[in-house]
Amino acid sequence: MTNQILLAGFGGQGILFMGKLLAYFGLYEDKEVSWLPSYGPEMRGGTCNCSVCIGDEPIGSPLVDEPDILIVMNTPSYDKFIGSVVKGGIALIDSSLIEEKCDRDDIKCFYVPATTLANEQGMKGMANMILLGKLLKEADITSPETVKKAMEKVIPPKRANLIEANLKAIELGMSL
Amino acid sequence: MAEKKLMKGNEALAEAALRAGCKCFFGYPITPQTEISAYLSKRMPKVGGTFLQAESEVAAINMVYGCAGSGIRCMTSSSSPGISLKTEGISYIAGSDLPCVIINVQRGGPGLGGIQPSQADYWQVTHALGHGDFHALVFAPASVQEMVDTVTKAFDMADEFRMPAVILADGLLGQMMEPVAFDDAEIKMSDASNKPWAASGHKNARKHNIINSLYLQPDQLEDKVTARFKRYEKIKAERSEAVSDYCEDADIVVVAYGSTARLAKSAVESARKEGLKVGIIRPVTLWPFPVKQIQAAAENAKKLLVVEMSMGQMVDDVKLAINCSKPVEFYGRTGGVIPKPAEILAKIREMGGKD
Repeated sequence: MTNQILLAGFGGQGILFMGKLLAYFGLYEDKEVSWLPSYGPEMRGGTCNCSVCIGDEPIGSPLVDEPDILIVMNTPSYDKFIGSVVKGGIALIDSSLIEEKCDRDDIKCFYVPATTLANEQGMKGMANMILLGKLLKEADITSPETVKKAMEKVIPPKRANLIEANLKAIELGMSL
Repeated sequence: MAEKKLMKGNEALAEAALRAGCKCFFGYPITPQTEISAYLSKRMPKVGGTFLQAESEVAAINMVYGCAGSGIRCMTSSSSPGISLKTEGISYIAGSDLPCVIINVQRGGPGLGGIQPSQADYWQVTHALGHGDFHALVFAPASVQEMVDTVTKAFDMADEFRMPAVILADGLLGQMMEPVAFDDAEIKMSDASNKPWAASGHKNARKHNIINSLYLQPDQLEDKVTARFKRYEKIKAERSEAVSDYCEDADIVVVAYGSTARLAKSAVESARKEGLKVGIIRPVTLWPFPVKQIQAAAENAKKLLVVEMSMGQMVDDVKLAINCSKPVEFYGRTGGVIPKPAEILAKIREMGGKD
């Protein structure tokens, strides 16, 4: 079993960071993992996406084009990728930025007003972590201990003050 | 081995170069390999090395030429269009019998092409990496960990045979992160000891060494080139490498290298689950080309399938390896498009008479 995870949104929303955390969850659970960013003329405000594979077998293609887990944080990415989710897959949608609703009944969609929640709760810029928290609640990805360990690894020491804040945002997402 | 961590292929390769004793790096930025320069610009000064961003690719390779002549381990890296610019210098380095490592993180071509992953520089790197009679060693890793392991091997073999070594990656391998581990050995920068040919300064204690690729007397130049080709024969006989899986009973043998081999292997494993007898062989060295290994892998096969991110540049080498004794088909995508395992599987099914 390999989880094929696709994360997409605007540059600056923390899409790649979210992907890196997920990849570390896999690494610390002794899984095979890969992380692949879209690269190119992307910039802050441009579209950005990231493929993460977590599995028991060595990863063949690190490029995810048919995700079983999709997290989308803007409308262009929603329009582009919602149709590519495999049957039985799940999609987490930042409903404060994406107005559309999915009419597919073969996938599970979770609408989380993550950006609004983040702003209201003093967690500006951590909508990605709220969505990640919701994913951890809805899918069997990893344990809270691993989440903490991965967060401490991914956030550089000079920004250690952000570890707690990010973990809180994940907790908020898990409570939804 | 230390704890595994996630690193981009480009960064892992850069760290591995330091650990292989690469003391000097001369580069010029280009997508998708810029992380190599960026990483080394931070790390090299801290471990006693020299990082230099040259004014152009041409300047960078000529700095490598000079540095390699002094017997110091040195490296440059670029992506496809930048490698084309370096080819003059690479030819001079080969013509002067100097070791160095050159990284090509390939992108789509020709011309400025695109910036997405590609393998369209196969012909260039294996057949004509500059003017004149010469070869470079060419390694094609398929994972981030293998990128790391290949760097030391490339430096060692370049030194052993006094010739340039190329690590041929692509945008996929350069940009992706995978878990890697490095051994815990302390970083030790290279020097010119064990290189009696190096122009390393001698305070008149020995006869001076000359680094040169100019030989105006044809018979003298012929002797030089012939001697070099004797070394090449030894390398071809002893140092080619390939990895094969599921080939013993395979009717169809897939041949793919680098990141494409990963995609093809996924397709082969899916085909096996469907009951199709398919195997895969992955050339690890592209020069020397693993002729014997491909012959052995294809011994019981009815057909071969070459898969590449190009228009099929390796096909002729595979045909020659088996003396055209069996049909060799091709599937590929180019221009920066990454073939999907499902597409490769469809091609395998078609060849296996099942669709």
